[in-house]
Amino acid sequence: MSRLSSAETTTEEQPAPLVDAARDEMVAALATQLGDAVVESHVAPGRDAWVRVDLSAWDTAARVCREQLGLTYFCYLSAIDWLPSPFGRSEDDSAPTVAPSTDQLDHGVAGGATRFQLLARLVSPTTHLGINLKCDLPDDGLTAPTWSRIFPGADWNEREICEMFGITFAGHPHLVNIYLPGDFEGHPLRKDFPLLSRMVKPWPGLVDVEPMPGEPDEDEEATEAGDEE
Amino acid sequence: MTAISERQQRSYIGAIAAEARVNVELETEGMTLNIGPQHPATHGTLRIIAKLDGEQVVSAEPVMGYMHRGYEKLVEVRTFPQVTTLINRIDWLGNFANEVPFILAAEQLMEIEAPARAQYIRTIFFELSRQANLMLFLGDMGVQLGAITAVFYAFRDREHVLNLMESVTGGRFHPNFDRIGGLKDDLPKGWVEECKGAMVKVRRFCDEIEELLMGNEIFETRTRGIGVIPAEVALGYGLSGANLRASGVDWDLRRDNDYPLAWKDADFKVWTHPDGDSFARYWVRLQEVRESTKIVDQLIENIPAGPIMAKVPRIIKVPAGEAWVSTENPLGEMGYYVVSKGDLGPFRVKIRTASFNNISIVPWVMRGVYVPDVITILASLYFILGDIDR
Repeated sequence: MSRLSSAETTTEEQPAPLVDAARDEMVAALATQLGDAVVESHVAPGRDAWVRVDLSAWDTAARVCREQLGLTYFCYLSAIDWLPSPFGRSEDDSAPTVAPSTDQLDHGVAGGATRFQLLARLVSPTTHLGINLKCDLPDDGLTAPTWSRIFPGADWNEREICEMFGITFAGHPHLVNIYLPGDFEGHPLRKDFPLLSRMVKPWPGLVDVEPMPGEPDEDEEATEAGDEE
Repeated sequence: MTAISERQQRSYIGAIAAEARVNVELETEGMTLNIGPQHPATHGTLRIIAKLDGEQVVSAEPVMGYMHRGYEKLVEVRTFPQVTTLINRIDWLGNFANEVPFILAAEQLMEIEAPARAQYIRTIFFELSRQANLMLFLGDMGVQLGAITAVFYAFRDREHVLNLMESVTGGRFHPNFDRIGGLKDDLPKGWVEECKGAMVKVRRFCDEIEELLMGNEIFETRTRGIGVIPAEVALGYGLSGANLRASGVDWDLRRDNDYPLAWKDADFKVWTHPDGDSFARYWVRLQEVRESTKIVDQLIENIPAGPIMAKVPRIIKVPAGEAWVSTENPLGEMGYYVVSKGDLGPFRVKIRTASFNNISIVPWVMRGVYVPDVITILASLYFILGDIDR
């Protein structure tokens, strides 16, 4: 897993700022406040910071960020489904031959242990530094504490996550669909939810060549010849 | 809950008092008013369910999804270069600006940077799309308040900017011009002169609209003190861009973040307004268009010579990693959280759009206002439907 760190590229040139004191300090402050609830953290110097917290401390993390670290600007709240898509990119040749399993998931920055992860970003309006918060959700209980009392803007984001990923939020005042019709079945942003338009007519992908009008259809002949072999 | 302005408090108490009084005297029941989905004030298909008590709004709830296109799902089946075609259409008035943060995120993951000439032209186009977008707002706000002339001026003068975009990219609204590693094309001959002329016209439009609307007494009384949003509330809801600056938060990503783009080479002022009302939001955007023309004027004089594309492989594979890049788009902060697994296409892209958060404050800000103010506040928060629904 390659990290966002610029360590590999900058060592041979000049000693670039590999230490990001402000972001390190921010992550450290969060770790002191939350204790063991910080599972993993990662700082890409000069770029960004990631902190993965335990589910039990998901709302505490938001409160600490807001009230003690000054990260009062709510950027967004979303989720990631780490299951590799069983459909590939729905092109003729990109579907994986082996069905993906949940045992071996390739998580991104700051790691992960489960299929679904919450992802949020909070920013400080004074220092302009932001932090990406992640949180693992166990497969058997896709429920997280709501943020809507800490950041009112999280209200709509949580409704979106609920319909798109099927993750519910305990304590949310009005957890109904925001985009989809009320009786919509399934959770579209889950990787195992097929993109129907691509199922009906798969995208030809890199071999997307159509004959010009009036020209003989070489493509068809080629495939016919290929079939005979 | 965070601090509520005095005016908000007063209007809310007023709403409750009015409700009690009316109920006692006339025993009227509350009325539900549907604004939209097909209503000129929503410029698109946004529906607002307003529960009224007489002329006052007790609660307002926006209903979205009439135009949800599922971009976050669609980008997962596309290759990186194909994504720009889609995301062009998120905020269709600020078209080019949508492409930039995604391309920057992909470039960050690939650890390449476009050449300086490309960065300059990108910045110029970014500002042009900001002007095209905000000019329409400046006119449209008048229409919402009953002054219909302004919008014709806006449509007329916006053409100058759109013509500039079209003569380079071939598209008035969907340029699809940004590439990973640079730009599709260089500027045509004579474009720089044309652009300078257009900037003069845009500035003249700003002066015109200022005289036409902002000095108008009706305009002032209908916008001053209407829809006041305090800074803490705005931050909690994630308001960004001019909406946040109109509440007195001095924060502009162009100035405060470190981008490879050329904003750092331009000298511009970030305007804020302490009031946080509809008038402030309008005023800040007007100044923003003016500053934007100044940025273009400064950059266009100093476009460095050189290539417009960095060396990138023919088939682009983005190394595994995660990157978040957001920029100060015409509507506010727009960003992409790109997760790549080293494939041809992104694994997951979270699209953070400005209008979604900007509109999420509607239930809060519309409690206790009068029905005509609903339209004023909606117009002044300024949203593009595609930017809410994605």
